Amino acid sequence: MLEVVDLTCERGERSLFSGLNFAAPSGTLLRIAGPNGTGKTSLLRILCGLLEPVSGEVRWHGKNVRRLREDYWKDLVYVGHMNGVKDDLTVRENLRVNAEVAGRPASPDRLADALDRVGLTGFEDRMARFLSQGQRRRIALARLYVSETAPLWILDEPFTALDVKGVAGLSALIGQHVRNGNTVALVTHQEVPIDAPRRQRVEFAGGASGATSSIEEEATC
Amino acid sequence: MLRVLLQVIRRDLLLAVRQKADVLNTLFFFVVVVTMVPLGIGPEPNLLRAIAPGVVWVAALLAAILSLARLFANDYADGTLEQMLLSSEPLPLIVLGKAVAHWLVTGLPLTVMSIVFGVVFDLGLQETGVLVASLLLGTPVLSLIGAVGAALTLGLRGGGVLTSLLVLPLYIPVLIFGSGAVGAAASGVSYAAYLLLLGAFLLFASVLTPWAVALALRISVE
Repeated sequence: MLEVVDLTCERGERSLFSGLNFAAPSGTLLRIAGPNGTGKTSLLRILCGLLEPVSGEVRWHGKNVRRLREDYWKDLVYVGHMNGVKDDLTVRENLRVNAEVAGRPASPDRLADALDRVGLTGFEDRMARFLSQGQRRRIALARLYVSETAPLWILDEPFTALDVKGVAGLSALIGQHVRNGNTVALVTHQEVPIDAPRRQRVEFAGGASGATSSIEEEATC
Repeated sequence: MLRVLLQVIRRDLLLAVRQKADVLNTLFFFVVVVTMVPLGIGPEPNLLRAIAPGVVWVAALLAAILSLARLFANDYADGTLEQMLLSSEPLPLIVLGKAVAHWLVTGLPLTVMSIVFGVVFDLGLQETGVLVASLLLGTPVLSLIGAVGAALTLGLRGGGVLTSLLVLPLYIPVLIFGSGAVGAAASGVSYAAYLLLLGAFLLFASVLTPWAVALALRISVE
């Protein structure tokens, strides 16, 4: 259960949103939408605990994430704007190091399997600097396959730079993860159809500063 | 828990090996500064012998400052730092790993290099030994304290200057006791107290600075 209570966020003395409330029970696909610069990424960073909100709090299973810290991050995988890929490491090293640093060591077979599923087979020993933007995105997304057991995924525009097949594969993965009873929060501009039992939407109005968001729950499909 | 420490050290060493220019830059700077001084002040053996420890120590300190900028900047730019902050492992441990790796690629080579300078400046066997020991104890302190400065100024424009300003006052005691140890050994007084103090600095820094760095990183990334 991911809960947001009375959240207010300001960036550079500009109020992005205030009094935001919603609750996403386990097994929810939470889609955050709205025009550029309305605070979607800021909201994701607050949800992760990277950014401190001006007021309000984010709760994971009823406890404030700023107090849970490592216990919360154990449950969380965040794929942000930046891929978190080191140019001077090979594809395999990148994934391995990332898993180790995150505290989720994975066996070599598991890493190979994850790379296979994002379509990077044959590139394992290539330096990341020689890969295309889309392939680097795939390295970052391979983390999701390594941490399929994490109950919360927070994804910031996961579909950017991916080709058609990549988008289809990822949306299937996200759908599967939600159906397994986990929560996925994502920001995306593309209306990618994801088959999930429970969907929720946070809509940022944008325009005037201090815009609040409206939440509409979609019907179960 | 120890596993993540070793993995971070391994990662940073691997990156250092792949970006040799960065590492060699620091070492090159150190060597150039130390070798230029005798050319500048003339070949007077007694004078050179007297100033050698100070010159080596000042050069090591400046080289350490020079290398601080890239301690977190690259990780910050490509998003890997963000991932470290979201690790389920304790951040101070990850930070400690980074500081250890930083020392292994800057402080340790400088220390090894100083053996050569001991010979070049005609220091006795004992003084050279003390110089190496003081650097061995002192350079890790430079990396640890430097990490605090680098973390605090992360993402700021002109952060390099600010890092130096923040870090230099804290470097001065290390410099004084480091070169003081060699001076004491040269004049035949006991140098044990100097080395013990450096050891105390090292223990103090390795216990406290990782926490300070972790806090500073969380603030900088916001």
